[in-house]
Amino acid sequence: MLFFIIRRIAYSVPVLLMVTLATFLMIHAAPGGPFSQERKIPLEVVKHLNERYHLDDPIWEQFFDYCKHLLQGDFGPSFKYPSHTVNDLIAAGFPATCELAIYATLFALVVGLTAGVMASLKPNSWQDYLPMSGAMLGICLPSFVLGPLLLLVFGIWLQWLPVAGWGQIPGDKILPSITLGASYAAYIARISRGGMLEILSQDYIRTARAKGLSTSRIIFVHALRGGITPVISFLGPAIAGLLAGSFVVETIFQIPGIGRFYIQAAFNRDYTMIMGCTIFFAFLIILFNLLADVVLVLLNPKLRQEMSGGR
Amino acid sequence: MKISFRIILLIAISLISLTACKKHKTLVEIGNEQQIMYVGNFDEPADVDPHTVSGIPEYHLEMAIFEGLTAKDPKTLAAIPAAADSWSISDDGTVYIFHIRDTARWSDGDKLTAYDFEYSWHRALMPAIACEMVSDFFAIKNAEDFYNGKITDFKEVGIKALDESHLKVVLNNPVSYFLVGLDNFDFYPVQKKTIEKFNAFDDRATRWTRAENFVGNGAFTIKEWIPSVVFTVKRNPYYWDAANVKLNEIHFYPTNNLLQEEKMFRVGQLHKTEFLPSSKVDAYKNSPEYINFDYYGVYFYSLNIKVKPLDDVRVRKALAYSIDRELLTKNVLRGGQTPAFHYTPDDPYGYKASANMVYDVSLAKKLLADAGFPDGKGFPSLRLVYNTNSDHLKVALAVQQMWKKNLGINITLQNFEWKVYLSEREQKNFDIIRRADIGDVLDPATFLKSLKSSDSQNETNWGSARYDELIESATKQKDNIERFKYFQEADQILVDEVPLIPIYFYKTNNLLSPSVKGYYNNIMDYHPYKYVYLDASAK
Repeated sequence: MLFFIIRRIAYSVPVLLMVTLATFLMIHAAPGGPFSQERKIPLEVVKHLNERYHLDDPIWEQFFDYCKHLLQGDFGPSFKYPSHTVNDLIAAGFPATCELAIYATLFALVVGLTAGVMASLKPNSWQDYLPMSGAMLGICLPSFVLGPLLLLVFGIWLQWLPVAGWGQIPGDKILPSITLGASYAAYIARISRGGMLEILSQDYIRTARAKGLSTSRIIFVHALRGGITPVISFLGPAIAGLLAGSFVVETIFQIPGIGRFYIQAAFNRDYTMIMGCTIFFAFLIILFNLLADVVLVLLNPKLRQEMSGGR
Repeated sequence: MKISFRIILLIAISLISLTACKKHKTLVEIGNEQQIMYVGNFDEPADVDPHTVSGIPEYHLEMAIFEGLTAKDPKTLAAIPAAADSWSISDDGTVYIFHIRDTARWSDGDKLTAYDFEYSWHRALMPAIACEMVSDFFAIKNAEDFYNGKITDFKEVGIKALDESHLKVVLNNPVSYFLVGLDNFDFYPVQKKTIEKFNAFDDRATRWTRAENFVGNGAFTIKEWIPSVVFTVKRNPYYWDAANVKLNEIHFYPTNNLLQEEKMFRVGQLHKTEFLPSSKVDAYKNSPEYINFDYYGVYFYSLNIKVKPLDDVRVRKALAYSIDRELLTKNVLRGGQTPAFHYTPDDPYGYKASANMVYDVSLAKKLLADAGFPDGKGFPSLRLVYNTNSDHLKVALAVQQMWKKNLGINITLQNFEWKVYLSEREQKNFDIIRRADIGDVLDPATFLKSLKSSDSQNETNWGSARYDELIESATKQKDNIERFKYFQEADQILVDEVPLIPIYFYKTNNLLSPSVKGYYNNIMDYHPYKYVYLDASAK
């Protein structure tokens, strides 16, 4: 197991390096620089700014300089926000992004599993079709449609919940969490329905029924454990996706997460901020995929056996 | 079925608990009672160091937390005493002596002195600070040479603290708007003690502007700054006029999602929005919350006169004369904008351009035919470049149609993301390009000097010796009536030679809660918060 983890970590180093190099080259190739604006800054001032941030050095020198600092955990100063470093901004944005991802995951799990289990109990009945149609709708409806729709209904018409903000007004975390979690809830519903249907047709479930156990006991004690295994393997990449993909929801609801900084950084050509966010997200995606694989191995004795055999 | 029942019960409970959120007081209602104002401020401020920033969101914050030697009267926009309570000007208009108010204090209680201003302006002129608006200082004797390294001793620059209370400033030439210009935030003071604690004399990237470190001299000081969430300022008890400051706090939100900003206003989360998207103007047109006032800026198309056939003035005139600006502003933009037939916006307190372009399709057709393109035949497909924005697109589409219908010519529209657009402009890689200019002081020079042949803002490849001479001569004039004559002639040259096509003069389009008082509409969209208060009884 340890060997498996070490091997995976070793693989991820060149991946991160490639991500760093590719991003660095792409952002430097993009037209426009961090200091261009509508009313042009005098050339002298641009010269001093380039000197200050070493943008006048040869590009390879800039890259190696960047990597040197990166190895020390320093993402560098933000060009757009001079009194903040990229580390400061990531540290400021990550809690909100993380919190949003956690709430969205919880929402997705509760709603998705409930709908999936409900549907699997009476396949091909209205109890199946109703949640599954809802799930299909959830998958099809992108967050930039669902978000404004929820805002309109609950924020403007009913005025039950705030339309923007994060932790400023009670209830302002509800709509973004639902918006972000909805499509994941839909996937989970479909995956868990499939998983449950497979398990419910197994012999041991029939035995449990024959022994006269109650439906709820059969589902919660016996079937659910096996039925949700596919959901767990989905969760690893899903959480990484929730963290990295929350920028649309962050923009709609004005949430101060990293996603919003990331988008702004791209518009501002804030080179160090773009680099920092990309590397940070790449790291998270690698990490969560690794975690999901480890959990899968722990849950599945067959895989465990294969791995020890392989060693 | 047992389970389904539980689920239904769970959903019902969640819905009931949601309804419990209903009927809370809105932020605006709470704010009105506590004198806390909630403001949409468009973008996250880059910083609040007055020497390193230049944007509008930053300007709103700087205005609250700093104060210059002078300020502007929000009703007349004339210079009024601020950190300086009086000043004297030499007869030739080049030497100013300011008396710093005895009661002026920093937000930590220390006395504000003339030495603070000398120190701050010295800092702004340090090349490593890379102050974006440094050219504002170049009216001061030797400031430009110091900035460019031709002079190394700051004592030779025309900025000198005579003692704690007196600051002497020597200019190269008389500048009639110098006093009001001192309210531009690059002239605001920074505190030496705070700056040096963070080694920030000529380092632009330090933490002195963080809420916990910050010291300023404005009516408010920073309470909290959570990036991308809120920038909160609170009343500064040491401010010399604190007794007349009524607001306790102002919360500035980065609201660059304009549709979202409008929603926040609608449900009572904001007292003021920074903008109102044009798609929402109709819904608010008759509302007392809608603010629509002249704004000192011009929207125009620059022409690259090195590109054929734009090198022919008849073609440029034909393009300019065939745009129906009335129709464009009334039916396309619908935000109350004023059609522009000359470049420099009129200002209600002084300058008015005397030259005007015309809207005359038959004349335009004739000019185009004279230039060798009767009914547009043989006219090459020129590129009109603009940055991605729905309003720019609307204008470009309308103008494209007008030129097609009126002149029979085809123009290709090309939109670019903001920084790509700036890069295209920088490299003069366009035939026609969307542009805008906003005045930072109430003076025609702020617009007209950018078309001097040597000016970096002039991307048209157009230049005129007479024009340059007029702008130069105007800067040496002390008397505004004389200066304005030069500027009127300069505006006339722009109308005659058409290096650019003025389209409309801006209007402010935003929303303001009726509870906000002490807020005066003016052409600079200048609203010092020290006068603003909230009246809970106003509906």
